[in-house]
Amino acid sequence: MNYFVIGYYALLIGASCLAAFYGKKSAFLLLFSLTLVSFIVGIIGGETWLWNITIAAGVIALCAGTAYAFREFLVIVTPYETSKALAKAPLTASFGLFVIMTYLIAGVFAPVIAPFGEAEVISQSYAPADENMLMGADQLGRDLFSRLVYGARNTVGLAFIATTLAFLAGTIAGLLAATRGGWFDQAMGRLADVIMSIPSLIFALLMLSIFGTNLSVLVIIVAIIYSPRVFRLTRAVAGNIVVMDYIEAARLRGEGMWYLVRKEILPNSTAPLIAEFGLEFCFVFLLIAGLSFLGLGIQPPTADWGSMVRDNATLISFGEITPLIPAAAIALLTVAVNFVVDWMLYRSSGLKE
Amino acid sequence: MGDVLDIIVKRLALGAVTLLVISIIIFGMVELLPGDVAQAILGQGATAENLAALRARLGLGDPAIVRYFDWLGGAVLGDFGRSAVTDTPVGDLIGPRFANTLFLACYAAVIAVPLAITLGVIVALLRNTIFDRVANVATLTAISSPEFFLGYILILYLSVKTGYFPAIAKLSSDMTFLDLLHRTFLPALTMVLVVVAHMMRMTRAAIINLLASPYIEMARVKGMPAWKVIVKHALPNAWAPIINVIALNLAYLITGVVLVEFVFVYPGIGQLLVDSVTKRDFPIVQACCLIFAATFILLNLAADVLSILTNPRLRHKK
Repeated sequence: MNYFVIGYYALLIGASCLAAFYGKKSAFLLLFSLTLVSFIVGIIGGETWLWNITIAAGVIALCAGTAYAFREFLVIVTPYETSKALAKAPLTASFGLFVIMTYLIAGVFAPVIAPFGEAEVISQSYAPADENMLMGADQLGRDLFSRLVYGARNTVGLAFIATTLAFLAGTIAGLLAATRGGWFDQAMGRLADVIMSIPSLIFALLMLSIFGTNLSVLVIIVAIIYSPRVFRLTRAVAGNIVVMDYIEAARLRGEGMWYLVRKEILPNSTAPLIAEFGLEFCFVFLLIAGLSFLGLGIQPPTADWGSMVRDNATLISFGEITPLIPAAAIALLTVAVNFVVDWMLYRSSGLKE
Repeated sequence: MGDVLDIIVKRLALGAVTLLVISIIIFGMVELLPGDVAQAILGQGATAENLAALRARLGLGDPAIVRYFDWLGGAVLGDFGRSAVTDTPVGDLIGPRFANTLFLACYAAVIAVPLAITLGVIVALLRNTIFDRVANVATLTAISSPEFFLGYILILYLSVKTGYFPAIAKLSSDMTFLDLLHRTFLPALTMVLVVVAHMMRMTRAAIINLLASPYIEMARVKGMPAWKVIVKHALPNAWAPIINVIALNLAYLITGVVLVEFVFVYPGIGQLLVDSVTKRDFPIVQACCLIFAATFILLNLAADVLSILTNPRLRHKK
């Protein structure tokens, strides 16, 4: 028993008592179950595990604080309608928005932020971190931090382009299928069924083995694999709108199909489509990162998170966390996008229970 | 019962057609290659004799349709031709590795399925409390993380720092079953984490969807305890969506293992597929893709049939 352990339990138990006294039920439940878990974990793993819990709790508290401050900031900065919605957003959503914004800045201003070029060899391989290099060097002696920043541009940028392409193809086909129907609808539907019945990673590997690994091929392959999902959703959403009375009225007015799509159908289906774009982006991003990790995606010397994990993977057996950093960068962005999508879906569906 | 049989037969026929179309796609893709397969494998610098020899070995002289039916006929009997690079029969390469992959998938499934359903029911019981929100964030994080991230975290903390489990899942023939389970625990756990998170969310959603129905209201009004309402009334009607989710995740376990096998150097079919893609060994790539696609379709088919059988309302067309 030392001061840390005593302080640790005193703080937890004191905080749970305070929460119970002031009737904060959920805070009390969380704090007290953490205390109980700490008893068990502390007995098994000793003081180090309690330190780990403390650090984890600190990180989570820091994230929550950032998210809270960022939400208040957004509420003040944005115009009235948006800020009203944002004020009710959960902390996870504003944390997601914060992360996405950070990545966006890192990607756009990569050459300004990164101290070295993405392919610049500046020291020995696997050199540890010093005042020059924030995170040390990779297997060829390139600055890991700079490559991480450039990766935000390359990996995320590529995933974004591929998602946009898949989305455009899927939405256009879906809208046409819903408004026109008939043989076009049938043909596209069957095509989507076939593509979706092949697992995406396997399909990507098959096509990459045939067409070789280069960037434009990669983008097109990913777009083909993921457009059927968008097609199905757009067709379902638009199919519900097409049978509405106001569409009938517009048709009777003699409006053309382009007008119907642009002025009547699209504005009424934006909410689910935006949420779908976010989800789609996550799938595409994970697929591209996975392919790069297997050595079949973005090719060196371009900085890319997936291949950075693969290149530095040997360090893990020496207990270094270096290969985990780019992997964590991938995970963090996907989690962030998912948080935002979750909030949007909740808002648009109005699911209460 | 005639109706049910009718629906099931129709579904099976549809599945067979899909499988046939996919085999055509897998075979036809390779035909799209600029030049031909032999040229693609040997590269630009190949001599004319080498090209001719490889073409003869791969039987490229026949028209595509003849070769397709030869290939398909062989594949049904487990004969996928010979590797274009090493000339060993593809079936011999794939057989033991496919068994390894299936073992890993079953190992993960045996842990994941009961765990996910139990946790899903518990979270549905505790909905809208702080535990539910914590579980929501935790599962979302697990789903969004790439498999190799989870895999390396597990290696770092359970293997390198503490030494509980081996980081590399090498298999040898003289291992006991317990040894095998211990050796393959980390790859299995990685997949369990991803799959449990997904299944848990879907189980929760399926149960909560049902809680608004009148018969649940009735059970509550009778004064039934909450857990009994869920286990006795909601769960039986939630089986159809839950079975679908389980099948989808089992399909994921067999096809999505590629990355996990790569991280843990596990001698499975996914590893073989990645190696062959890099070497452009088309017979192996085709065979692996066909096996993965067939497994995927069969599991989805099984899910459809099972959910028709478990849900009486699906038996009658509206």
